Amino acid sequence: MLEVQSLECIRDDRQLFSALSFTVAEGEVLQIEGANGCGKTSLLRIICGLRLAEAGRVLWRNALIQANREDYYANMVYIGHLPCIKAELTVAENVRSLLDTRSLTVTEDILQDALLKVGLGSYDDVAGKALSSGQRRRILLAFVQLSQAKLWILDEPLTALDTQGVALMESMIIAHRDAGGSVIFTTHHGMLLDGKMHSVQLGRQIKAL
Amino acid sequence: MLKAFYHLLVRDLRLAMRNRHELINPLIFFVLVVSLFPLAITPTPDALQAMAPGVIWVSALLAVLLSLDRIFKLDYEDGSLDQLMLSPNPLMILVLAKVFAHWLLTGLPLVIIAPLLGMFMSLPAEAITVLIYSLLLGTPVLSLVGAIGVSLTVAVNRGGVLLSLIILPLYIPILIFGANAVDVAMHGSSVKGQLLFLGAMLALSLSLAPLATAVALRITAAR
Repeated sequence: MLEVQSLECIRDDRQLFSALSFTVAEGEVLQIEGANGCGKTSLLRIICGLRLAEAGRVLWRNALIQANREDYYANMVYIGHLPCIKAELTVAENVRSLLDTRSLTVTEDILQDALLKVGLGSYDDVAGKALSSGQRRRILLAFVQLSQAKLWILDEPLTALDTQGVALMESMIIAHRDAGGSVIFTTHHGMLLDGKMHSVQLGRQIKAL
Repeated sequence: MLKAFYHLLVRDLRLAMRNRHELINPLIFFVLVVSLFPLAITPTPDALQAMAPGVIWVSALLAVLLSLDRIFKLDYEDGSLDQLMLSPNPLMILVLAKVFAHWLLTGLPLVIIAPLLGMFMSLPAEAITVLIYSLLLGTPVLSLVGAIGVSLTVAVNRGGVLLSLIILPLYIPILIFGANAVDVAMHGSSVKGQLLFLGAMLALSLSLAPLATAVALRITAAR
């Protein structure tokens, strides 16, 4: 489904990785591993088509992602470090406006269900500024859940989540994988996912140029 | 696609309505600057009239310039801009929605308050009508062209000076033709040429600026 071919990433005269290739098939979970500053976020942004790689290419269904944005972006969802949450909008409005960027509309019932599932059931009309950082991350979980995307790209999805939140994220990833979806994620917390996942190790080949 | 345009426009307007104090900043700036001139120079009607077109147009231009950052800065800082760039909808349509929202919240209030300031500067009625037309055609161009500059500087800390340096040269034709139209109307001549030029600039920037802004945003994100 997603194919990464001999990517190279250089940042501030430091080669973070080169000749990096892997594929992610349907129903596969891939963890990007590595220490701080080894290029995990850069790699995920390259896979999203936000950042440009120095060399190499990323293919979605055998077509370059840059040439095929419409199909690719309709089928993938990306959650980065930043919260994407507007302080002035309520929880429900935040989820809806995130879904609007994907041209998705959901009924009130489905939205309430999703919020309930991520533990924000009674918070739907609370403004974003009144939420804790963990609750903000949970809004993003509801968004990912409702995004109808086949490929989830999650950068440190466990940041600020409590133990229940971590378990929820884990169960969401497992359910998504079992339904034929794919996930690429990074994390520094242990997430075992009943062992059925692949991993790519970064940081072994960092060298100054 | 139209739905995405509409939803983003509504979102931006809603955000602005819940943050009203930011909304009136450019308007207050506009009124303050224009009303300081009579105090500093001379309050005689003839002198005021002579400098009114230039003063009003320069103040409107600076008011828009000061508010440009709002188009993308907040979305860039909280990551929403990434989500817009990952939308299956064409980025230039979303850019157009954001720029249109910016104009509705900044340019349009300036156009509405301008006749009052025109009277304040003792402009004759026909010149005030032309002032409204010229601002109505000119301020959308300021927002559209300004968006290109903002998208290039949004990742730069304190990019305000850089933004002005990039954008001001592009604003100068609008300023010249806008102020000139009002000046000419004051002397009773035809302003068709000036207004047609402003209209042409609007058509040009409406068709090309969103495209340039979308490309500039992708370049900014790629670094």
